[in-house]
Amino acid sequence: MSDNGSNGTGFIGASLKRKEDARFLTGRGRYTDDINLPGQLYAHLLRSTVAHANLGSVDTSAAEAAPGVHAVFTGPDMEGVGGVPTGWLIHSKDGSPMVEPAHPAMAIGKVRHVGEIVAIVVAETRDQAREAAALIDVDYQDLPAVASLEAARADGAPLVWDEADGNLCYDWEVGDRAAAEAAIDGAAHTVSIDVVNQRLVPNAIEPRAAIGNFDPTTGEYTLYTTSQNPHLIRLLLGAFVLGLPEHKLRIVAPDVGGGFGSKIPHYAEEAILTWTAGQLARPVKWTSDRSEAFVSDTQGRDHISTATLGLDEDGKFVGLKVSTQANLGAYLSTFATCVPTYLYGILFAGPYTTPAIYCEVEGVFTNTVPVDALRGAGRPEATYLLERLVDKAAAATGIDRVDIRRRNFIREFPYQTPVALQYDQGDYDATLDLALEASDWDGFEARRNEAAGRGKLRGIGISTFIEACGIAPSAVVGSLGARAGLYEVGSVRVHPTGSVSVFTGTHSHGQGHETTFAQIVAETLGVDFEAVDVVHGDTNAIPFGMGTYGSRSLAVGGTAIYNAVQKVIAKGKKIAAHLLEASEEDIEFADGNFTVAGTDRSKSIGEVALTAYVPHNYPEGLEPGLEETAFYDPLNFTFPAGTHVAEVEVDPETGEVELVAVTGADDVGRIINPMIVNGQLHGGLAHGIGQALLEHCEYDDEGQLVTGSYMNYTMPRAGDLPNFNINHNTTHCTHNPLGVKGVGEVGSIGVPPAVINAVVDALSPLGVTHIEMPATSQRVWQAIQAAQAQD
Amino acid sequence: MPAVTMTVNGVSRSADVEGRTLLVDFLREQLALTGTHVGCDTSQCGACVVHMNGQSVKSCTCLAVDADGADVTTIEGLANGADLHPMQEAFREHHGLQCGFCTPGMVMSAIDLVNRNPSPSEGEVRHWLDGNFCRCTGYHNIVKAVMAGADAMGGGS
Ligand code: FES
Ligand code: FES
Repeated sequence: MSDNGSNGTGFIGASLKRKEDARFLTGRGRYTDDINLPGQLYAHLLRSTVAHANLGSVDTSAAEAAPGVHAVFTGPDMEGVGGVPTGWLIHSKDGSPMVEPAHPAMAIGKVRHVGEIVAIVVAETRDQAREAAALIDVDYQDLPAVASLEAARADGAPLVWDEADGNLCYDWEVGDRAAAEAAIDGAAHTVSIDVVNQRLVPNAIEPRAAIGNFDPTTGEYTLYTTSQNPHLIRLLLGAFVLGLPEHKLRIVAPDVGGGFGSKIPHYAEEAILTWTAGQLARPVKWTSDRSEAFVSDTQGRDHISTATLGLDEDGKFVGLKVSTQANLGAYLSTFATCVPTYLYGILFAGPYTTPAIYCEVEGVFTNTVPVDALRGAGRPEATYLLERLVDKAAAATGIDRVDIRRRNFIREFPYQTPVALQYDQGDYDATLDLALEASDWDGFEARRNEAAGRGKLRGIGISTFIEACGIAPSAVVGSLGARAGLYEVGSVRVHPTGSVSVFTGTHSHGQGHETTFAQIVAETLGVDFEAVDVVHGDTNAIPFGMGTYGSRSLAVGGTAIYNAVQKVIAKGKKIAAHLLEASEEDIEFADGNFTVAGTDRSKSIGEVALTAYVPHNYPEGLEPGLEETAFYDPLNFTFPAGTHVAEVEVDPETGEVELVAVTGADDVGRIINPMIVNGQLHGGLAHGIGQALLEHCEYDDEGQLVTGSYMNYTMPRAGDLPNFNINHNTTHCTHNPLGVKGVGEVGSIGVPPAVINAVVDALSPLGVTHIEMPATSQRVWQAIQAAQAQD
Repeated sequence: MPAVTMTVNGVSRSADVEGRTLLVDFLREQLALTGTHVGCDTSQCGACVVHMNGQSVKSCTCLAVDADGADVTTIEGLANGADLHPMQEAFREHHGLQCGFCTPGMVMSAIDLVNRNPSPSEGEVRHWLDGNFCRCTGYHNIVKAVMAGADAMGGGS
């Protein structure tokens, strides 16, 4: 076996076409809303139309009498059922635990954001349920709302939660404040920046859906749900909300049409649908429409930050201090509290040797939809701030933008950052060099001049970044407040005739696990790619795993599968040794064959498998069967890294920004399927470009969502994006056997600052030094006008 | 309730529908053709695109009664047994899909483009797909797939 874990059969590293595509391309995918159960009823969820109100009477009598209606339930009906839990306990600077308010599945007494669930109506048809819901008379007694960070933290602001003074959930810190401040005080240069990282709506194209079912004869509940992590949902729903034992609760996350973080959380809808199915002993289905998704899917980002960087005479970073306010929304979603803390503050070393770093974060309640993970989750916010600051530092010191980055790169590994993380491996110069070459950085001035001849302002921007993925070592996250372990599981079942079923706790909702994991197994077990199928998504079929998020599936889940294969091989060696009348130590395994070392005597994996299931001639004391499970708890995060370059042209008359080129040079660790990896990079880049140029989730002062549909929330369309120039320079992760790091979030982390740095570069001749995201034509035009007015 | 009759994927189908029933709901709920998806309620995402009388339409934006007498093709009707339509094959070959949710609408829309414009430029493909959202792929491979699919179709289906 080579050092990369391969047997040389060539499946690892090949752009094999995806196994999942045949069903998706022919309309045979099976998404939650495609499933219909016998006797199924339909639910409509009545949602609050106001952001903050005392709930007076909720009169459901007319709805209950409406045609086809089976039941109407409101919050008090579910009283006694547990609240929706949050997955991470954060402690404030003073050691006190965060404020953790109750989160009833349906509103009791108060509503705290537009879209909060007030009632469920269950009827024979979807239309009947919706029409009946319109008959519910809710007495909203309006309260003043706080819809933004500024409003929520203002003196005397109305409180979202009485127990949260100043609407503060926590006031967290990481790093050494005194050291960072001393370094900045003594620095030759200091630069500061204020940045907003705007709120985004995840917008997976498949809306969420759920079907609850209850079998009174067995007492078993089943929930079909659009989730990235079915076992996590089973744990939270069973143990914390409904109080159901695991063996009576089955969660199925079938084909899921994109997640991007918004399908991680355990949602109130999952609890309500499951509970309602139990009340009625009938299957009950709910499918969100898009308007509903805008006010009920968790949203992402939403930070305001101020930061200062100190540099010495040579442009070396000596100290960094960051203060951030993070909007958590009205309730604490599953990972809401850790995203702006342990997935954010610990990223501030980036690829740089800054010796003293301090970051403090206020987690703030507002009367808005809860915020949770969104592609990158915390790491895009950190990278954006840092890379904008580095560009500002270059401008302030007169050092070239590329040079200042290079002067500060980490080059010795392992590297212990001042903010908890220890990087195992990387080569930041290599990805930088690659990006400069691939983007023809040196030829840019000619392109700028050419554009100027056409009346356009052309700019180029760069970001160099790391990310922490492969989430995460359980003991480490546990010590930081996580309420779950973050290991993963894989089972490898070799069937009697040598085909293989693989069971993974991760969940594929676009990532292509059915293909990538099959490649790993085919290669390491020496069987045909076609002989391997991957099973995921059904808690009755798979062992207990934690699901897919944080670019963890390959690094953690793939390693679990790899380890399970090693166990299969180890057992196979015993069987082969017996059959070949050799000692186990003399058996070598390669290309699917167990061979007595130095001879041509061998048994294939198929022969060994058949023997394991027909154990007539079999090692004494060895269990029959050939099926192994491995749980893998990672030793560290993985650290993908890279350089992204963006090139834009701005029309100074209109402020319109055209993104003309995007170049990525990425180190995502060992690549199993280049086609899939590049697809993940493309998708992440589009998401990051959407943030930089187009997307903005806005509320008005009353907490009404202004951008509540695709009419006014600007999704990236094909015409908004260029082709992407993707390049790789690979270093292997040192602490997992496959050497893999993770790729799903790279684009959304790395590219936003590159785009904004390019826009600022384009506008810098006019005196513009910063522009907030999204850099819409209106905003750019205003920045140009403001800069010109100052002249 | 009005009765409708239409040819769906080559088979004549008749049913009683409510006047307000959308074509997409008729296909998904009454005919169990769940390959056509619903991604929005403002006629923007294109997950629901089917062909009516050979042209792409957003099936969330027309009523089932509007399709009375029409010839409707959905994603389920494209392949010939195990042989994928060249556009389906091109999406597979060029990794033009990830989660697969936008895919049926993308493929149906792309075929209509090629029927109208046998060898579209990259810019024309991007412009045509304005009404089809994909959150997964960044469109890069979709555009590649559509151009390859156009080639393979030899200009129109
Ligand atoms: S469902 Fe979105 S356009 Fe038809
Ligand atoms: S493949 Fe997921 S939305 Fe396009």
